[in-house]
Amino acid sequence: MDNVATASDRSSSWVQERILLGMTFREYLKSLWTPFNVVCAAILAVGLPVLVYRFAAGLGATTNLSQTQPWGLWIGFDMMTGIALAAGGFTIGATVEIFGLDEYHPIERPAILTGFLGYMLAVIGLIADLGKPWNMIGIFSNNGTQSVLFEVAWCVACYTTVLALEFSVPFFEWLGWERFYRPLKKALLGLTVLSVMFSTMHQSALGSLFIIAPGKLHPLWYSSQIFLFFFISAVIAGICMVVVESTISHKIFSEQFEGRHVDVEKLTLGLAKAGAVVMFAYFFLKLQGVVDNHALGFIGVGFYGKWWLVEMLGFVLLPSMMFAWGARNHHVNVVRVAAILGVLGIVLNRLTVSLIAWNYNQAIRYWPSWMEIAVSLALVVAGVLAFRWIVNRMPVLRPMKGHAGEH
Amino acid sequence: MKLGRRTFLKVAGATGTAALASLPGPARATGRVPVAGEDETSVLVDTTLCVGCRGCEAACAEANKLPDPPGDDKAFAARRTTGPDCFTVVNRTEKPDGTARFVKRQCMHCVEPACASACPVRALDKQATGPVAYDGSKCMGCRYCMVACPFSVPKYQYAKALPLVRKCTFCAGRQAEGKLPACTGVCPSGALTYGTRGKLVEEARRRVYGNPDRYTQHIYGEHEAGGTNWMYITDVSFEKLGFEVAVNDNSYPKLVKGALGVPPVVMTLWPPLLMGLWAFSHRNGKGNGNGNGGHHG
Repeated sequence: MDNVATASDRSSSWVQERILLGMTFREYLKSLWTPFNVVCAAILAVGLPVLVYRFAAGLGATTNLSQTQPWGLWIGFDMMTGIALAAGGFTIGATVEIFGLDEYHPIERPAILTGFLGYMLAVIGLIADLGKPWNMIGIFSNNGTQSVLFEVAWCVACYTTVLALEFSVPFFEWLGWERFYRPLKKALLGLTVLSVMFSTMHQSALGSLFIIAPGKLHPLWYSSQIFLFFFISAVIAGICMVVVESTISHKIFSEQFEGRHVDVEKLTLGLAKAGAVVMFAYFFLKLQGVVDNHALGFIGVGFYGKWWLVEMLGFVLLPSMMFAWGARNHHVNVVRVAAILGVLGIVLNRLTVSLIAWNYNQAIRYWPSWMEIAVSLALVVAGVLAFRWIVNRMPVLRPMKGHAGEH
Repeated sequence: MKLGRRTFLKVAGATGTAALASLPGPARATGRVPVAGEDETSVLVDTTLCVGCRGCEAACAEANKLPDPPGDDKAFAARRTTGPDCFTVVNRTEKPDGTARFVKRQCMHCVEPACASACPVRALDKQATGPVAYDGSKCMGCRYCMVACPFSVPKYQYAKALPLVRKCTFCAGRQAEGKLPACTGVCPSGALTYGTRGKLVEEARRRVYGNPDRYTQHIYGEHEAGGTNWMYITDVSFEKLGFEVAVNDNSYPKLVKGALGVPPVVMTLWPPLLMGLWAFSHRNGKGNGNGNGGHHG
């Protein structure tokens, strides 16, 4: 009898320590009562029921999709943008594991976690968008090898698995299951190689999806080389997201860095150097793509011509210069603003290709319904909350307590 | 650099695994051999012969169990498009002298269809006999076919809980039984000629180029989108008839051939390249055979 009592005591103290952050259940509930959480809860309270309603009532009742606009916000934002912004996982993974730049190690796990959550949410958004999502299984059996979407689906499925395995290292470490996390940790190099391989393929293939529709995408964005642009801009997204995210993490979760010196500013300046070079190259590649497409005459002309200038000058060339200047003169805040511009630039680019410059010659324009926006917003909030929940418990930003000596 | 046994095995293992992954070909970019269009069943539409009776619309609705088309000629007031419950429409336009011209629209049944090539689960598939057929039980509803089709033909049942893509089937089932497609069978004016594509291209050329005063010197569908099984000839401009005149002359599936060539290259080159970079960046004894890429807990 005694033994049983001790065991249950031990498990309840495990729950208290690992799940409730050392508080009692009542204290924990009380600690959740913050303005930020209330706003998040409100967004979830609207978005999640809408997600359920979409499956009960169908796409027509919930979205503004039409016969001329088969893809809307859930593809343009959740899928196209979400996957691009989750590119930090493979970018930083490769930096640390393959290029051996160990000083970036403190931001590797948060980047992988962001990637994993980003992909999970993109997949949920995709399931909401598909008419009969259970038939997705046919991807693995029907050999639609002529389709770019076939490549995207396979790679996203494989890479989400790789991300789950990469993330399972801190997860099992948190559970204290050494038997699992030690071998997985050893496999990290192999997993990183796979992550770079799958990411190269599907980040670029998301762009290739549009190659089959030359008449429907504006010539300033259409290119038979669009897969190159999508891949390079995904690397930019990865770098910028890691800068933004490590800044925010460092501010919000500062207590987790206690006693450990992580020079986030130095890492940020290093990332800025990489960002400046990649964005500068991207700017001229994009320009070359426009020339190659005989679309130079469209630049600056009409709404789309001006929109292209806004995107390329304001959100590619400008942040590239700011990165370079900030890295050279050690102005971390300039770099951070540039990274925010860079992230916005990628969001703009993906939304432009899939929604704004798409169907540019159609009279009736698509605008998402409030329910589409509610679901997309709820997914973002769910991702932020999941990130916070995990970071507060698992060894993502800091080493596991009691494992400190291992460092 | 001292390449230890374990390091070597690691490099070789990762490379080999990735090379194997590229073998069975799930993401391999090989295309099916395009069907030569010459022996496929096709229809030639001569718009100079169409009288606008819309018998084809009624026959189509009956054969496909669709709602009845509008009964009176008010249907011609505005240009209509096909829809999830309407696989073919006849639209009206006028010649400069006021003569009415009618044009029947439906799926063009491309020789190399963009929609079928875009379908990742092959719910849409080109049959060797000509029709681009659809199997709703395979469809996952990604609607990439609608994105891909240069004629914007596939339509979606957004209102349904279990939606399907809907479009003209070229009456594939009737054709398999040796019957004519419903529309072609009822056409009273000879505007629709049914036959193999090779013969119909010849016939179209004979009519158009043999009567340069009577016909616009173009056969719509002979080259559009790499060739379609429904082809049109007329004596007004195709733009006026509502045709997508900006459609490319080459096959749409071929547009993505270059992009689909990327995965095999990446799958064979990336792993050895990345492992080489890893070996290079750890050459100073840091990795030394038992490091795992410098990861510290």
